[in-house]
Amino acid sequence: MIPDELYYTESHEWIRVEGDKATVGITDFAQRELQDIVYVELPEVGKKVKKGDVLCSIDSVKSSAEVYAPISGKVLQVNEALNEQPELVNKDSYGEGWLVVLKLEDPGEISSLLSASKYRELVEE
Amino acid sequence: MKKTPLYEVHRALGARMITFAGFEMPVMYSSIIEEHMAVRERAGLFDVSHMGEIFVSGSDALEFLQWITSNDVGKMKVGRAKYNALPTERGTVVDDLLVYKMDDELYMLVVNAANIDKDFQWLMEHSNDFDVKLENLSAEYFQLALQGPLAQQILQPLADFELSTIKYYRFKVAEVLGTEVILSRTGYTGEDGFEIYGPAEEAKKFWDAIMEVGRDHGMLPAGLGARDSLRLEAGMNLYGNDMDETTTLLEADLEWIVKWEKDFLGKEALLKQKKEGLRRKLVGFEMVDRGLPRHGYKVYVDGKEYGVVASGGYAPYIKKNIGNVYLPIEKAREGEEFEIEIRGKLHRARVVSRPFYSRIK
Repeated sequence: MIPDELYYTESHEWIRVEGDKATVGITDFAQRELQDIVYVELPEVGKKVKKGDVLCSIDSVKSSAEVYAPISGKVLQVNEALNEQPELVNKDSYGEGWLVVLKLEDPGEISSLLSASKYRELVEE
Repeated sequence: MKKTPLYEVHRALGARMITFAGFEMPVMYSSIIEEHMAVRERAGLFDVSHMGEIFVSGSDALEFLQWITSNDVGKMKVGRAKYNALPTERGTVVDDLLVYKMDDELYMLVVNAANIDKDFQWLMEHSNDFDVKLENLSAEYFQLALQGPLAQQILQPLADFELSTIKYYRFKVAEVLGTEVILSRTGYTGEDGFEIYGPAEEAKKFWDAIMEVGRDHGMLPAGLGARDSLRLEAGMNLYGNDMDETTTLLEADLEWIVKWEKDFLGKEALLKQKKEGLRRKLVGFEMVDRGLPRHGYKVYVDGKEYGVVASGGYAPYIKKNIGNVYLPIEKAREGEEFEIEIRGKLHRARVVSRPFYSRIK
């Protein structure tokens, strides 16, 4: 499950760009790798991140994973629902399981992301 | 890499495999949480054929086991199983194990997979003065664990005798599905259930038959992931995490399997430690702050680094982040707080009594 309208990273984040804002989450592939997500450590609203910085951390029963910022920006919003229901990332990774909304710092960075078809090639390898 | 006789079955079920104690084992089939809950509420079937079976026989079998283990084997009747430990001279733990009394001069020891060779060597080295025969038959036996409140109901149709006659921590050698097996009412999950030991080549027959009946009862195949979260929630120690050859039985909170009225290897050291008083002890904890504690994370007591988390993780049934930890004796009391470093930040945790979960009997 890899929606066409999103951009992706090699570290399995997705990003939905709308104007100067971008919603970030992890892909279906990533949530299946992790399984049983029990904790999402969200960043503070207002935090500035550079492309590639750790944006937040996810714990599943068996392992821990870092989520990296696909692009540089400022955290505008975090998905507070995950504090009570971290399993939303498993159930609906592209929808209710979104992680944060970033304000884009450099829209030029978008061209460095993977298209849906490129990402599909990556995970199907 | 070693494989259990059910390796292909696990692959066919789509299990995610990991290497554990040199074996390729299923860590989960679908979801650790779902498998954990299935065991608490219905039933789960585990392949634990990696565990070791060592047989001790001979006229000195009892005398030898009394010397080499800390719990009392002497009072056991044929058909009983008992949790026990092999201590070192220093009172630390070579391994924890189940001792099965098969006959007056025949015992089966069920030991941890990672310790099979070490234990066998240990037993050999300490058996010189005894008339005993030791056999490591680990590779010849499968072991299945059918655990959960519906375990008896699921297994009953396969047996031609009343399973309720096998009480907790007892076993029967019986013919099931045309094969002689050991049916034992034991487990490592905190639930009712059975452990079945039989010839490795017959493992699939038993797995398939139990899966077939179990399916209608909501039973799930369960992997090592759920086995670990279930035993942790039920307050059971895991060898290698919660105890090893650097921790004594008393420190590991296992005094209940130390029988002072008999003589055994390591007793002197343990007695001395008991008289002088413990300096540290294994206790259970739950997180006060958010965050998932894992094995090996650094522990801070009164701001100073003090060891690491012994076992830790998410407990799916009680829905808490819990674990086991060694603390200085003055802090090893219910309600005391300490800190765990998770991703560079200190998170508060509080000592609570174990088990975290116990079934209503």
